[in-house]
Amino acid sequence: MIQVLNLNKTYKSTQALKDVNLQVDKGELFAFLGPNGAGKTTTIRILTGLTKLDSGTVRLNGFDVNTPGIDSRRQCGLVPQSINLDRELSVVENLNIHGRLFRMNKEQRMSRIEELLDYVEMGDRKATLVKNLSGGMKRRLMIARALLHSPAILFLDEPTVGLDAGMRRKIWALIKKIQQNGTTIFLTTHYIEEAEFLAGRVAFIDKGAIVVVDTPESLMKQQGTWALDRLKEDDMETLYFNDRKEANDYIAAQKDSFTLRRVNLEDSFLALTGKKVQ
Amino acid sequence: MIHGASAVYYREILILRRRLTRLVPSWSVSPLLYLIAFGYAMGKHVTVQGHSYMEFLIPGLIAMSSMTQAFAISSEINIARFYWHIFEEIQAAPVSDLSYVIGEVLAGMTRAILAILVILVLGLLFGVVISCNVWFWLAVMLNSFVFASLAVGLAMLVKSHADQTLVTSFVITPMAFLGGTFFPVENFPAWAQKAIYFLPLTHASTSIRTASFGNMPSVSSLVILAVTGGVFFYISVLCVKKAKD
Repeated sequence: MIQVLNLNKTYKSTQALKDVNLQVDKGELFAFLGPNGAGKTTTIRILTGLTKLDSGTVRLNGFDVNTPGIDSRRQCGLVPQSINLDRELSVVENLNIHGRLFRMNKEQRMSRIEELLDYVEMGDRKATLVKNLSGGMKRRLMIARALLHSPAILFLDEPTVGLDAGMRRKIWALIKKIQQNGTTIFLTTHYIEEAEFLAGRVAFIDKGAIVVVDTPESLMKQQGTWALDRLKEDDMETLYFNDRKEANDYIAAQKDSFTLRRVNLEDSFLALTGKKVQ
Repeated sequence: MIHGASAVYYREILILRRRLTRLVPSWSVSPLLYLIAFGYAMGKHVTVQGHSYMEFLIPGLIAMSSMTQAFAISSEINIARFYWHIFEEIQAAPVSDLSYVIGEVLAGMTRAILAILVILVLGLLFGVVISCNVWFWLAVMLNSFVFASLAVGLAMLVKSHADQTLVTSFVITPMAFLGGTFFPVENFPAWAQKAIYFLPLTHASTSIRTASFGNMPSVSSLVILAVTGGVFFYISVLCVKKAKD
């Protein structure tokens, strides 16, 4: 579905992507996890044809994004990181423009708009101007817009950035629902919980290079199951245990205070790159 | 190609429609002031090329307004590009660079035509009726085409909205005053007339004025406008590619 081979991109003297190789299968929810500036947005921009690649091959549903023509663009829907809706226009007008850009006829547009606004629970907001929507509603509208032309692949670039915890959960539920309906989803995030909750597989990216690709469970297991955090001078020390009893025994034998928690993807990222995601 | 261009045009027209009640008064203010100050107060007893100054001025204002309003599409593109990131949404769609430029240029031309209609109504209020014949509209359309095409190209080249304002200050505003809007270019010294001949607005204001007096404008001026517009249009398509990365 998504095939990336030896992808490279350099901006002036900075190499943004170094020999990136990826394979995302049909119906998969794949997360790209990394700190700010790691190359997540550059990857998504190249995959969606917004930025030219320097070398390598990117195929979406068999269509080469680097080949002149616009076939690959029909394969994907994009929800970019920044809100890119027409603020002065209504919800329906924004969706209508997108439908026209993707060459949908009036009947197709109208029925799909109705269906998708119900899907994202915004059926009662059709005539509302975008500038009067909340942040969460704007995000949901952007997701509805990206799905309007029924793309095979949905690209979500930091879809919950800037949202509160409640709205984030709501967007996660929506993303899960979209995947269950058969859409392949490629998601970038720097939120650990987001990747853990949503992704079937995760790629860690750091300084433009893929560090590892695996399932969240498998990546977390490599560290153990339980983690003990102890504040040591100005730094946080973390110890890992496979067994909860083992961790509790360790706490009992020490004078310091600890925080016991489950191992997460942050621990895996730290172990593999020496730095934290967030 | 037509689908993409019509989608881009449709978006601009929706925005234009939403703002129309604010835009019409703003399109009226400058021409009204020029008509009162230069046409009514100063030029009441002045005759230029055998016509009252008001009759001379209105076609000039039409040329100027069609230029500034067609060029104003660059501000809309910049706001969409730098502030609202709408350009990304269009880039990610199956819309070719050519379709995008056609849509934006047509939107710029539509703005210009609407602004001209406002001036024609203002002219009527001052008792001036000009001949809006085929040549008049052809000259107006060509002038709008030239400056809408220039606007799209420049909007793709600039790195910020502030850069765009500089272009307006150093290119559009001087042209508005020197391109035969307020006085005949023949009043300039010979060397200056040669320089002014290279400004598209000079050909537009001369053609629009000639047509509005009921005569056929110079074919060479119309050809110059069409060729200039074509060159700007072609450059704009190339500039969209450049703006992508």
